Amino acid sequence: MRDTILFKYVLSLGDDALISAQRLAQWAYKAPFLEEDIALSNISLDLFGRANFLLEYAAELKGENTTADDLAFKRDERKFTNLLMCEHPNGNFADTIVCRFFLDAYDKLFFYTLSKSRDKQLASIAAKAIKETTYHYRHSSNWVIRLGDGTEGSHRKVQEAINNLWTFTGEFFKMTQTDIVMMKKKVGVDRKALKIEWDKTINDVCKEATLRIPENSFMTTGGREGIHTEHLGHLLSDMQYLQRAYPDATW
Amino acid sequence: MVKAVSKDFIWELLEKIPDPEIPAVSIVDLGITREVIFKDDQIHITITPTYSGCPAISFMKKEIVRSLEQNGINNYQIHTTLSPPWTTDWMSDEVKAKLSDAGIAPPGKLVHCPQCDTKNVEVISEFGSTACKALYKCNDCQEPFHHFKQF
Ligand SMILES: [Zn+2]
Repeated sequence: MRDTILFKYVLSLGDDALISAQRLAQWAYKAPFLEEDIALSNISLDLFGRANFLLEYAAELKGENTTADDLAFKRDERKFTNLLMCEHPNGNFADTIVCRFFLDAYDKLFFYTLSKSRDKQLASIAAKAIKETTYHYRHSSNWVIRLGDGTEGSHRKVQEAINNLWTFTGEFFKMTQTDIVMMKKKVGVDRKALKIEWDKTINDVCKEATLRIPENSFMTTGGREGIHTEHLGHLLSDMQYLQRAYPDATW
Repeated sequence: MVKAVSKDFIWELLEKIPDPEIPAVSIVDLGITREVIFKDDQIHITITPTYSGCPAISFMKKEIVRSLEQNGINNYQIHTTLSPPWTTDWMSDEVKAKLSDAGIAPPGKLVHCPQCDTKNVEVISEFGSTACKALYKCNDCQEPFHHFKQF
C-alpha cells in the first residue's frame, strides 16, 4: 500500500458519506410528503456520489486491485470508521432533520478546510462537496427553524431530537492519531479547531428556532475506532446482503 | 485502426448528445464535456459530473462511446475530472434561452416564470425531480415549473 495513514483517512471520510447516504435512502417512499421524499432522496444521492469518489480513491491507495465496491460491501462493522451520528436510525422526521443539521453544519466547515488540502485529489472532492453541502445545510437548517418555531408538537419533537442526538456531536471534533498525522502533513483538517464556528452556527439557528441546546457534556465516541452503536450492524446487513449472499454478483 | 478526424468533428458529435434528463440541451451546452485532446493517436475526452450523485454521468459516458463507435472511431479514452467543480456559470445565454424555451427557468439570481415571465413566483421545494432542479410555482399564471438551480 502506498500510504496507510492516508488510506485510513480517506476511508473514514468515505464511510461518513456512505453510511449517511444509506441511512437517508431509507426515507425513500416513506417521507412525510412527496417533496420531502424527493429532497431526502436527492441528498442521499449526493452523499452516495461523494462516497463513491472517496472510496474509489481509498481503493486506489490500497492497491491490490481493490475496488470501491469491495470497501463498501465486504468489510465488517468493526472495519467501518464513520462518525456515530451517520449511523443513527432515522427516527421521526424531526430526528432525521436534526441529525442532518448537525452533520451538514459540520460538513460545511470540514470540507471548506479540506478543499485547501495539499492532497490534490482530496481537495477536488472537497471543493465539489462544499457546493452540495451548502444546499443540504440550507434544507436542514430551514426545517429546524420551521419545526422549532412551529407548533407545540413540532417544537417538542425537534427539541427531543436535539437532546437525544447531542451526545454524538462531541466526536465531530475529537482528533484521532490519523487526524493528527494528516493535519501535520497539511493533508487533513484540524477538526478540533472547527468547534467554535460550529457551536456558533448551531447556537444562532437554535436561537431563531426557539430551541435550547442541552447542557449535558457526556459525549459518546468510538466511530473512528470502529466501535459502533448497535445500529450499524443492522444497516450493513441490509446494505451488504446481496454481495454477501452472492459474492461478486454483477448486473 | 486509427481514423483521421478533426477536433471540430468530435465536438460536433458531442454537441448532438442530449442530456438524458433535460433533452432540450446537449452535454456540451451544460459544460459536462470539458476537453477534447489529440495525443499519440488517441482522442482524449474529459468530462465532469454535474452533481456528485447525478446518476446520468455513467449513461452519458455510454452515449459518448456509442456515438464515437457509430462513426468508426475507436481510438479514444474518456476521463472524468472533478476539478474545477462543475458550475452553472459555464452556461451561455444561448443555452439559458434553450432551457427557458423548454419550460425550465434557467439558473440565475432572479427566477422568472418560463411561461409568462413574471417574477411573482414561489418555491415549492428546493429539490425537484432531479438534483439540479428546484420546484417552483408561478403566482400569476398558476403554472408549476422547474428552476435549474444556480450551482
Ligand atoms: Zn407564469
